[in-house]
Order: sequence, then structure tokens, then C-alpha cells
Amino acid sequence: MRRDTPFTLLTNGAALSWADVSEWPLAEFLRNVNAELDRGERLISFFGVPEGDALRLVAVLAFDAGNTLAVGRSQPFTGSFQALTRTHAQAHLFEREIWEQHGVVPENHPWLKPVRKDHGAGPAVGDFFRVDGREVHEVAVGPVHAGIIEPGHFRFQCAGEEVLHLEIALGYQHRGVEEAIAGGPHHSTVYQMETVAGDTTIAHATAYANTLEALAGTEAPLRAQWLRAVALELERLANHTGDLGALAGDVAFLPTASACGKIRGDFLNLTALLCGNRFGRGLVRPGGCPLDGDAERLGRLRERLETALAEVQQAAAWLWDAASVRTRFEFTGQLGAKQAAAIGLVGPAARACGLVRDVRFDHPAGWYRFAQVPVSVWPDGDVFARARVRWLEIQRSGDFLREQLDAVPEGETMSPLPALAPNSLAVALVEGWRGEVCHVALTGADGRLRRYKITDPSFHNWTGLALALRGQAISDFPLCNKSFNLSYCGFDL
Amino acid sequence: MISVLEFLARLAVWLFLAPLLPGIINKVKAWVAGRRGPPVLQLYYDLARLWRKGVVLSMLTSPGFIAGPAIAWVAVLAAALLLPLGPLGTSLSFRGDVILLIYLLALARFCTAWAALETGSAFEGMGAAREVSYAVLAEAAVITAVLTLSMQSGSVSLSAMLTPSAGPGAVLLAVGLFAVLLAENCRVPFDDPNTHLELTMIHEVMVLDHSGPPFAAVLHGAAMKLLLFSVLLVQAVLPVGELSVAAASGAMIGGVLLVTVAVGLTESLTARVAFRRVPLLLTTAFLLCVFALLIAWKGGAA
Repeated sequence: MRRDTPFTLLTNGAALSWADVSEWPLAEFLRNVNAELDRGERLISFFGVPEGDALRLVAVLAFDAGNTLAVGRSQPFTGSFQALTRTHAQAHLFEREIWEQHGVVPENHPWLKPVRKDHGAGPAVGDFFRVDGREVHEVAVGPVHAGIIEPGHFRFQCAGEEVLHLEIALGYQHRGVEEAIAGGPHHSTVYQMETVAGDTTIAHATAYANTLEALAGTEAPLRAQWLRAVALELERLANHTGDLGALAGDVAFLPTASACGKIRGDFLNLTALLCGNRFGRGLVRPGGCPLDGDAERLGRLRERLETALAEVQQAAAWLWDAASVRTRFEFTGQLGAKQAAAIGLVGPAARACGLVRDVRFDHPAGWYRFAQVPVSVWPDGDVFARARVRWLEIQRSGDFLREQLDAVPEGETMSPLPALAPNSLAVALVEGWRGEVCHVALTGADGRLRRYKITDPSFHNWTGLALALRGQAISDFPLCNKSFNLSYCGFDL
Repeated sequence: MISVLEFLARLAVWLFLAPLLPGIINKVKAWVAGRRGPPVLQLYYDLARLWRKGVVLSMLTSPGFIAGPAIAWVAVLAAALLLPLGPLGTSLSFRGDVILLIYLLALARFCTAWAALETGSAFEGMGAAREVSYAVLAEAAVITAVLTLSMQSGSVSLSAMLTPSAGPGAVLLAVGLFAVLLAENCRVPFDDPNTHLELTMIHEVMVLDHSGPPFAAVLHGAAMKLLLFSVLLVQAVLPVGELSVAAASGAMIGGVLLVTVAVGLTESLTARVAFRRVPLLLTTAFLLCVFALLIAWKGGAA
């Protein structure tokens, strides 16, 4: 379903020459991006590429209905540009990021402040949106939290127990991942990719491997693609199970909370069975998978998978059968489909708002071109829906793994990676358990990486959490937060 | 001399047995979840540890921050000593002592909230607001329960009131008082004593800034309050006072254990309710006590 667009089209996991990417003067570029967003397309990456003292903007769009990606760029400019955020909220964080990274000003941006960096005093020290009035009070939470979680600052404007507005300030874990890759790939790059977000190791490592393979004009062997898909679904199973347990824990429903904590570990151990690491480190490398499981090991994996799936079935049944849990989950933290689409929500959080949006379905790459997973959708947009989508995905990933482990493809798992093509751009999307992981790589004339842009699903979804909290009781914040379960380090990069 | 020894014995019972209850509850919860759980004596270890620790004080706090927990602890202990223990009665009984008991518990709550407000933290202000607003409803239920007992015994003295069983209204009173016990002691479904999430806490968030010995007093006071409500509940329902000392001790210990296990099971099997539903639950408890009162009143007249 190709349609008329000025943008250059490409598919997920493909590369093209930098010279072939459509280029327009800045104003026209912004107009074109705006026009595509008006048609309901999605902005999946939007960043700057320095050209000497000037800057070029690059926009990567997803045409979900057409199963294609589109990329376009502006001519180099200096100074400022008209913010897209005025008409399309999904550009909001991208434009703040461009301002922070390159110093060009998005004009008329409604809320221009740093995304990750701070004035030396930490992201919690700065300007926050304030609500004035009698009985309005401000609650500041974090960056140090009571539980063992990552640092982030939450600023609530409350009237009594009701949250009027929530603003989230992150950046405490900014490590400079993107900057570190420039001039690469370096020896350490693949390890850095695995730790962009530790719980999404497979997804980020696969996206990285896909971009490099595309730039090198090669593809991983089929069995390696199969291994990556198996590991990705195991990662999804482990995290979704952990999330169901954590949601139960937040409403003090102990049976599911206790059981899921243990079962999550069982799923992690299955990944360890594949590669010796519970989070899948060392499994995915550009060119394929250096580690492979023999038939006996895969048979054991199949057996233990069955046990764990049966256990999670039981634990979930307790959760769904408890009326006390249902009353807490339903109508809590609601987000409408229209709102979700406007802010560019991705992953289970988007699917829980009724949006049919799944990279495995919309932009299949790797093994997902040969084996499909049904998209799990729930319409309500509340905590219940987000829990329900996770449960549907657990079942469907389970079925997918059963099917895959019963028909193991034969062959090599590693192939040599040729040199990267110079002056080329590659885009790779992977549906991680939290949503769409997007990596965009651009090589220079020397065949080294000139710019590398990572968009973790959390980058899109934190805004969703802030919106879901409006009009909610502040005591339900932890529950809403857990139902999104976003990554701090994936956002902070 | 005998009376002094007896008084000391009572004091020892309240001081040393109280921390056992949270340990039992945690064991029950661990057992249901299939875990081994912390030792039953864990709270004793925690108290000993806290007692040896120093105190961290914010520069903003007044002496009320320390005085609050201290007064609250003394008030709860005094309330506990007013409570008769079956046929042994109480060491200090007078007309209207039940009113003093209710006010001592209110004083304890006031002091905890006061100390919480002393910190100037948004969290603790929020917790104090929640605690006192739910207490309005919980206290109404307690007062109605006391009225019921007073109505059927024709007395306003605890030792006389708690002697006879509550008759046909016993079941209503038991359920109502059990709900109040859960609310007053911050248990599920009203509060979650295990949560680490400040924004969802009621009682725990008020004591976040306390440390060392004052925090030990807070924890110990909470354990005594739990024992106090359990003993009150058992005596309001069972005619413990009419039994021999040995049988009464057995009934009392069994009853308190039963209540503790019931708390543990409730916590294991239900989720906590949303804040906006807490008043509904407390009103239900209040209404149960009202019906018990009606039965005591009309039943007594017939």
C-alpha cells in the first residue's frame, strides 16, 4: 500500500544511501513532516545531524498501515526552527532534546526545558508547571525513592488527594550512550547497547545488530534470527510476569505478587539456559548469535517453559478472580485512544488504549517475517487494560515459543560482518516488551558511525503516565506508574 | 505489696507480649504465600536494634517531634492498663474509665499526627490528614460498640461492661470491631503495613522521618494498640470474665491468636481498597455496631 509521499520509503531493518534521503529547505521539511503527522502517521525518531557549524534535522516516520518507514531531512540551518509541538504533541520531547543537544531553538515550543541535562543541581531543580489556588499543594517525590528503583523526580500539583498535574523530571542516569558511539562501532559499543536499558537487553542489542547488519549489507543467519526472536519473547514473558506480580503487590494482593516474583525468575533462567546470562547479555552480536543451544538444551528449555507457563496461568487466575483487585484496577489511570495517539504512545500501554500498534505486526523484521504473534489489544486504557494486555501477551508469547521450539531451524548462527557502507542510513525497529525500540544509524564517508539515535519506548510513554494521572487520587500514582513500568535509564540514555 | 507486684506483672504482659502479634501475622502471611518468612520474634530484634541507634533530627523540627511518639506510647500503654483481663479485672477501675480509654487512644493519635506535622514534609502532612479523617469514622464505630456494651450491662465501667457476653448482637459487634481493629492498626484492606510507597500510606507515612528510639516507641506502641484491640474484641464477644482463671487465660490467648491469624489471612487473600472506598467500609463497620446497639437496646427491653 504505497502512497504518494515526498519522503523516502524504506522497510524496517533496511539501509539506504544518505544522498537518497529526500532533502528540503527547513521550512518545507517541517511542512512535510507536519502534513504526514496530520494524516495520522507516527513520528518514531526526530533528531539533528551536525554539518559543520550548522544542523540538519532528520525525521523518521512510521506508516503503520503501509508497513513502511519514511525518512526525510532538512538542509543545514542555524538558529531556530518552528516547533512541530504546537500542532503535534508527539514531537514535544524530541524538540526539547534537539534544543538540548544542538542548541537550535524550536520556536513557539510550549514547554521548552532540558530533557536530561540540568543546571548542575539535578533535574529536580528547575522550573515546574505550577497550579495556584486555595488548597492546591505541591508534592515532590524522588529522585531517591523508597523502593529499589531508578532515580527520577515527580512533581505533583494536588488539590487534596486529587492530582491536577504531574510533571516528570528525568536525566539522573544520563550516561552519554549516543555520544559514546560516535566514530564507532567501538569494541565496547555492543556492551553499551545491551545496557541502554538492562531489562530490555535483547531488544536493544537486536536493534543495534540489525542496523549494523543493514549497513554492512548482510543479514544474520536464519537460526540466529530465530534465536533472537525466542530470546525476545522470553524477555517479554519474564517482564510481563514480573509486572503482573508488581501490580498485585501495589494493591497488597499477596498471592499473585509472591508467585509472580518467583515465576519471573524462572523465565529469566530460561534465557540463562540459552546464553548463560539471565538478561540475555552476550546472546546477540552484529552478524548473528555467537552462542547456540543444542537439541538437548532446547528440549530442556521447552519442558521448563511449559511448567512456568502453567504456573503463571494459575497466578494470573487468582488475580483476575479477585473482585478486590478488579475494583482497584478498573477506571484507574485512564487514557483515551485519541490522547494516546496524539502523544505517540507505543507498546502495551498503547495497545491497552485500543491502538493496534505492534512492530512485530506492522513492521516485521528478522524471524517475525516468518512467524507471527497476534496483536493483543484492550480498549479501556486503564490499569486493568494494561494488566490485561500483558496477560494476553504472556499467553501469545507462550504459544509462539511452543510453536518455535517444536520446529527448530537448522544451520549456522554466526556470519562475518563486512565493513559498513559509507554515507548510509539504517533504521531498525524491535518490539521490546515495553514497546517500540528504535535505532537509527548514520555512517560518515569513512564508514564509521557518524550519528546514532536511540529511542526507547519510555521516551514516548512517560508523557502517557503524566496524562493518565490527571484527576486521579495521588495514592493511585504507584499503581499507575507500575502499570506503565517505564525505564528511567532507557529514557536518560 | 501484692498489688504492686500484680501491677508490674500486668505491665510486663503488655510490654513484652505485644510485639509477638505482628510476628504472628507475618508468619501467617508468609505461610499462605509459601515463603518461610521472617522469625516470629523479628519485631523484638528490630526494637533492640532501633534502641541502640542514634536519632536523626531535621533542623526544622521542634521538641514536639520527639515528644509526640513518647506521649503517644505512654497514652497507649495507659489505655491498655485500663483494660480488664478476664476474671482478674483491672488494677485501676472507676466509673467512666471507658471514656478515658477512648480519649487516651485519641491523644495517642493526636500526638503522632502532631509529630508528623513537625517535619514539614508534604508526605507526612498528607498522611496525618488521611489518618485523622478516617479516624473520625473509626471512632464513631468504637463509641457505638462501647455504647452497646454499656447498654447491655447498664454500666460505664470497663470491668462491668466486658463481663457479660454481647448476647445476640455478638456476631454483629465482632465483625464491626474487627473492621475497626483493621482500620485502627493500619492493616489491609485499609492500609498496607508492608508497602514502601509513600504516596499510598496512611499511618506509615506519618512516621517516615522518625528514627532510633523514638521510632522504636512508635513501633512498640503500634504493637500494643493491636494487642489492646484484640483483647477488647475477644472480651466484648466471649464471656471471659465468668470463667475460672485458667480457662479464662486459655480463652483469652486462643481468642487473641484467632484474631491475629484472621488479620493475617485477610491480608493474604484480599487487596486493599482504594482510598475513596475506605469511608464506605468504615461506615459499614459503624452500622454493624449500630445494629448491635439496637439489638442490645430492644433485646434488653423485651
